[in-house]
Formats: sequence, C-alpha cells, structure tokens
Amino acid sequence: MGISVSNITKSYGKVTALSDISFDVKPGELFGLIGPDGAGKTTLFRILTTLLIADKGQATVAGYDVLKEYKSIRNSVGYMPGRFSLYQDLTVEENLNFFATIFGTTIEENYDLVKDIYVQIEPFKTRRAGKLSGGMKQKLALSCALIHKPKVLFLDEPTTGVDPVSRKEFWEMLKRLQKKDITILVSTPYMDEAALCDRIALIQDGKILQIDTPNAIVRHFPKPLYNISANDMYGLIESLTNHEHTYSIFPFGEFVHYTDKRDLMDREGLKDYLESQGLTDIHIEKTQPTIEDTFMELAK
Amino acid sequence: MKDKNVIQVEDLSKLFGDFAAVNQISFQVKSGEIFGFLGANGAGKTTAMKMLIGISSPTSGTATVAGFDVYKEAESIKKNIGYMSQKFALYDDLTIKENITFFGGIYGLSKKQIDRKRCELVDELGLQEVANSLVSSLPLGWKQKLAFSVSLLHDPKIVFLDEPTGGVDPITRRQFWEMIYKAAHNGTTIFVTTHYMDEAEYCDRVSIMVNGKIEALDTPKKLKAHYKTDTMNDVFLKLARG
Amino acid sequence: MKRFVGFVRKEFYHIFRDKRSLFILFGMPIAQILLFGFAITNEINNVNIAILDQANDVTSKEIINKIAASKHFSIVDIIQKESSIESIFKKGKVKAVLQFENNFGNNLIKEKQANVQVLTDATDPNMANTISNYISAILKKYQQELNKNTTIDYQIVPQSRMVYNAELKSVYMFVPGVMTVILMLVSAMMTSISITREKEQGTMEILLVSPLKPFQVIIGKVFPYIFLSVINAIVIVLLSIFVFNVPVNGSLFLLGIESVLFIITSLALGILISTISATQQTAMMISLMGLMLPTILLSGFIFPISSMPLPLQVISNIIPAKWFIIIVKGIMLKGIGIGFIFKETAILVLMTLLFIGISVKKYKIRLE
Repeated sequence: MGISVSNITKSYGKVTALSDISFDVKPGELFGLIGPDGAGKTTLFRILTTLLIADKGQATVAGYDVLKEYKSIRNSVGYMPGRFSLYQDLTVEENLNFFATIFGTTIEENYDLVKDIYVQIEPFKTRRAGKLSGGMKQKLALSCALIHKPKVLFLDEPTTGVDPVSRKEFWEMLKRLQKKDITILVSTPYMDEAALCDRIALIQDGKILQIDTPNAIVRHFPKPLYNISANDMYGLIESLTNHEHTYSIFPFGEFVHYTDKRDLMDREGLKDYLESQGLTDIHIEKTQPTIEDTFMELAK
Repeated sequence: MKDKNVIQVEDLSKLFGDFAAVNQISFQVKSGEIFGFLGANGAGKTTAMKMLIGISSPTSGTATVAGFDVYKEAESIKKNIGYMSQKFALYDDLTIKENITFFGGIYGLSKKQIDRKRCELVDELGLQEVANSLVSSLPLGWKQKLAFSVSLLHDPKIVFLDEPTGGVDPITRRQFWEMIYKAAHNGTTIFVTTHYMDEAEYCDRVSIMVNGKIEALDTPKKLKAHYKTDTMNDVFLKLARG
Repeated sequence: MKRFVGFVRKEFYHIFRDKRSLFILFGMPIAQILLFGFAITNEINNVNIAILDQANDVTSKEIINKIAASKHFSIVDIIQKESSIESIFKKGKVKAVLQFENNFGNNLIKEKQANVQVLTDATDPNMANTISNYISAILKKYQQELNKNTTIDYQIVPQSRMVYNAELKSVYMFVPGVMTVILMLVSAMMTSISITREKEQGTMEILLVSPLKPFQVIIGKVFPYIFLSVINAIVIVLLSIFVFNVPVNGSLFLLGIESVLFIITSLALGILISTISATQQTAMMISLMGLMLPTILLSGFIFPISSMPLPLQVISNIIPAKWFIIIVKGIMLKGIGIGFIFKETAILVLMTLLFIGISVKKYKIRLE
C-alpha cells in the first residue's frame, strides 16, 4: 500500500508550485521530502491527501486514485498538516477520542499503535491542547493521526519549530512505527533529519532535484569536497571567494566546504595563497559530502 | 574594560508570579563578537532577549546594552540597536524602497542618508529589478536578507537576530551568515538565536539556556571538547536531556 | 517629527493598499448615509387604507376624494360591510380603515356634526399615531373649508380607534422586531463564525481528510445553534408575555413552528456566509454589515417600509426578517392563523431552500 506520483504539476496563478513531479513510495517505507519553505512540499501533500486537485498528472495513494477515489483515500490515511492542527480548547483525551470516533473506531481498538507515543502525554490527558508545549502537541497530533490505523501516514513538517530534543524523539517514534507496516511520507526542511529516512527526494522551487537513499544521494556530489579552516572565518571566506580556482565555498560550522574548479586540487598551492592573504592556522583536508552539500550543489 | 563589553548582564531575572522565566543569568558580550543565544522553546531565550532590547523590564539583576541601562535608559537602547525576527521583519504591502525609506525615517536618518543607503542596499543585494515591487513578491530568503540589511541602516552597535533563518533554503542561509560575518568584521556585535545547531558553530561563543538558567557558555570548540561530542547538536542534546 | 511623518505615511500606504479598509472608509459611510437618509423618515407616504362608506352621499364622497388626492394615502379597497373590517386588517393589506356612518351627510347638515371612524392598525404604534393624525388633519381641513363661507360651525369628528394595540404600547412593536434580530444574529453570525473558525484553525483540513461527509460537518456545526436559538426564542416570548404583557392572541404552536422555520433560514444564511468567508473576521463583518444592518433598517422593524423610496421597498423583500416580522406580529398581536400568513411562510421556505442549495453547491470538498 504505497504512493505513486506521476508528472504532477500545480500552479497558483503565475506561480508554479510543483513542476512535473514523479516518484514512488514503496509500501512500509519511510520516505522523506526534503526542501526549504516554498519548495512545494505542502502543495504536494495536499494533492496526495485529496485536498487539492493538480493541474496535470496522476497520483495514487494506497492504490486509490486521488481524483476519482478520493473518498477511499480519506478513509484510510492519517494526515498531520503543518501547525499540528488540534482543537485547542479540547483536552488531550477529548481530541484523541474525537479523531477515533470520526474514523469509526475507539481509542482502545488501536491503542497498541499509539501507546509508545501516548504514554508520554498521558499524564496530561485532562489538559487542554492549547496549553501543551510544542513537543507535546506534536506527540498528540501524531497520535490523533494514527488512532484509526491508517495505511499511509502523511506528516507535513512535523518537526518545524520544535526543539532538537523533541525532534530526535519524534524520529525515533517514526522508526518504530515503520515496523508496524505503515507507509510514511514526511516532509522536513532539516537536512540532518533526511539521514533517518529510507529514501529521500530533494525538492526546491517545485522541482525534484534527486531521489535516492541518504547514503547513495551523497554520491551525486560531483567533485571532491574539502574542509578548510583558519584563524579568521570571515577572512577565509573572503579570500576563497576571490580565489581564481574556487568552484564553490560554503561555511559549514567551524569549517568551510570547498570545491575546486580543477580536477586535481593543489593543496599546497591553496595553503600558500591563503597564507599570502594573512591567514594562519590553516587546515585543509578531504571530507565526505553531506546531504546538505548535495542539495546545494543540485539546487544551483 | 567596560567599554569593550557591549552587553553586560549580571544576575538578570524575570519572574511571572512564582515562575522564573529567566533565573539569574550572567554573561558579557564583546564588541564585534558573534554571540549565539541558544535554548529550547520555553527555556527563557525570548524573555531574556526582550529585556535586552528594552521592551520588557527585568524583575531583578542588572544589564547594560551598548552602555545603556535596561531599566532606566530603554529608549536609548532602542535607538542604538538593530532588530530582526523570523516572525516579522518588513511590511509585505510596501515596496522594497518604501520599506527602506520608512525604517530609515524611524531610525532618525536624514533624507540624504536614507537616499544614499537605499541605493547602496539595493545595489549590494542585487535588487534593482524588484526595488519597486511589494516585499510580498520576494521569496523568503530574499526577504530575510533584506530585513537584515534594513536592521543595519542606522549603523547600530549591536544587532539582535531572533531566529532569522527559519525555513530558508540552505544556500540562502549561508549567504545570510556571510552577511553576518561581514557585519561582525566591520565591528557590529551580533546577538543571534537560532534552532539550527549547525549555525551555532558559526558563532564566536555560544550560551545555552535550560529552564531559565544558562547551563553552558563557551566557544563551540570548547563546548564540544567538554561534552565529548562532535557537533553542537549533540552538546545541546546532552545538556537538555540531562 | 520626521519619524512621525514617516510612520504616518506608511499608515496611508497600508490603508490604500488594503481593499477591505478602503471599502470601510469610503464605501460604507456613503451606503449608510443613503440608507439612513432614505429609510428613516417620520413621514408616511402611500399608506394603504380602505374605506367603508355606509353613507354614500355627496359629502362622504368629497372627503374620500380629498383623501385619495393626498400623497400620504393610497385607497386600495372599498369594503361594503363592517364585518369585512376584521379580515382586511388580518390580511395586512391596509393600515387603516375609514368608516363613514350611515347618513353622514344628513347628520352633518341637521345636527351640525357627523362622525368618521378612523380605525388604525396599531401593531406599529408610531406609524398608527401618525396615520391617525394625518387623517384627522385632512378632515379638519375639509371642515375648515366648509365653515369658511358660513357662520355655521360644522363639526366633523374623527373617532380614532387603535386596533390590536389600544394603548399604543411601543413594546408591541419592539418585541417581534427584537426577537427577529436576535434569532438572526445568533443563528447566522454564530454559525458562520463557527465554520470559518474551523477553517482558520486549520482543523478543517483534517476534517476533510476523514470519512466525515461534508454535509455531516455542516449539520453538526449547525445543530447546537438550533437548540440555543429555540431556547432564546422561548425566553423572549416568555419575557414579553409576563414582563411586558404583550399578548399572544394567536396560536403559540404556530408561533413556535414559524420561529423554528426562521431559525433554519438564518442558519442557512450563516452557512452561506461561511462559504464565502475565509476568516472569522470576514464572516463577522459580513454578518454585521450585510445582514444585521439591512435587517434593522429595512425589515420594517423600526421604520415603516411603505414610507421608503421604491428601490428600498423592493430590496426589503429579499430580507427574510421582513417576512418573519409580519408573521410574528400577525400571530401575536392580530391572532391570525396560517391561512393569513401562508404567503409569508412560503417565501421563508423558498428562501431557506435557496440558501441551502447555494451553500451545498459552494461548499468545497477541496481546499481551493
């Protein structure tokens, strides 16, 4: 029970939100849609959950066509839109009950599915959802999306605006859910979360840059990548920007990620150049490209 | 000694009833430093920042920003700092030029200065073609870069940035940080909060707030060594969990 | 000072670039002045009256002509028997009946005094007073002309009787009107706000992606307000009966049914408003400006419709409150049964079906 997307295009007036998007999600896969704001992630989610109609293209979710069989899709998917839409003035328990009921089930029936998640917020079950912290709202919204045992789970930026600890816990929960045979499509702007998915699609400005497993996707980085550090970050950036052989430089924490225009990089030559610019404490070493490096390279 | 510290905070607290949102924090920020102010949601970051930019009065403790006392000289603080946040930076229904003119006026620049700065800004960011378009038509990354530049219009000593790069694509994020480096290089102190732990690495020093207190304050390198981790993200996780 | 000027200039930009605020600043005041100017008037014009001329002599005919010539009145019926008076008032076709006694002319000549009965529908007490006064004035003028060239002092005595509201209590007029306005306010505005709140919160998205059918969502939203509105209606009626002594001369049961009908009409309007509003603020604005204001001004609640210029009279026909006020006044004050308010009831039913029909068509099963 997977997802299949073919040549989906969607525009709002003059703005093209999605441009010829195609990909497949295998049943039981944890698939990540990685891209910044405005990439088209939410639009794609709304098309797949049958809330919007694409201008062109087809898609099926759990075997049902998004256009003609939308009712079946609405009965069998779980959806967590951005801003974890919960009823602020209902309690934790009331929210969960409500979603269970409108899907024709009860909390007890599928409790084992949400237990791991729900036990963390159960002590607060009589508290109004509006008064929960971001991390707890996230867990509640996830439970509500799961309570009817959906075949496919759509999570639209579930970790945005949430602190890193909660983010980490959330992904651990997703991994455990995967074992229960649910297909999960997640979108996130955080590149480091991409590494936790089975496969990812990098998306920017409505186009898919690349689809692959996290390990394989970095192999799409075309050139050797180097970590360079020096005593003065700003001076380093300036020098490298003005360097004739620089292909790309991006700050990355305490280093700068550097690629050279030439096929064979001249480490000594580069070091000499930087020293001539007044920099000291220079380190240059080869490094593995990350998903973020790959994204930026493909997005250029 | 004192002039070198543009921000000086000692035992600063903010209480709401019994609840201590900010609990006796102390730190200094040097001129030209890029200071990262981190913490989970609800740790007290925003409350602390509000006190420093002069829009909230502390309950106890002392703090001076750009040499002005946060209790008695809040208005002077506001005149001498720049501010930009993720939630709001520019007016969507004004053009780029109009925004620059407006904020220039608010910061008290003369017409000549505003005109000059406007040209400079538009050129620097390459916005000539869209200078007369509404800000709402700009992509998010451009808006943030423009907002940052606008916050620097009046050459403030310190700029406070509240999660300035949320949701922005990775390339633009880095361009933004290059702009920050340049400003710091020119002597502006940068006080920035962020959720992106990799951005914490760009800072000269980082402080991490947990439950209203500062639990760590040092350079990223030293923090990683101390907590025996490779990344600031892991430092944060260790601190917040423990 | 410069900063202040810069700030003010920015505010002007905001105002002129926001279509909604432009409408409020310019469109609304003009619309309101026109509306108030034309709708609020203490004059009466073209009021429908009927004549019962039991005398049928020269004098009575002369007086009738004078009345017919007056721009304030419009003679729409000549009745033959006294027994027809009650039904003509119940039908609501006329606001007053002029009854000339037998031998009117003879009495005038012989006794130097004759009587004219002026029966006025006082369910709208202010208007009734005015009508009565205008008629008396016409009679007085005729009397003056009679007396001009003679030394005899003829007296034409108007005997005024207020029907349905002998003491001209204004509460008789207000209670049906207030009931209408409150039911409309609660039902329409609250419903539209409730539905748009769901949209604003983002929870509407989740509801759509669920087995819940759209009509279930709507009926579910509307249901609590039916209950609340019915309770409201009951409270108002009880208060008016026991505190203000407003009579309920007709059937309480019929009043109840018609009220439920009107509540459903208002709810349907509320749903319709929600389909064209994206935010709660918009829904509230439309409810207040587009619904409440015209209802208060043009439904005949306070200002008589017949005195308004023709375009406004035509517009008043599409306001559901107008028809409901006629129904409520009729049942409570005139004691009429379904037969007399059949037309008004049918109109409300049609309106309800129309609103529901449009809402169903416009209700989006998708987000855009």
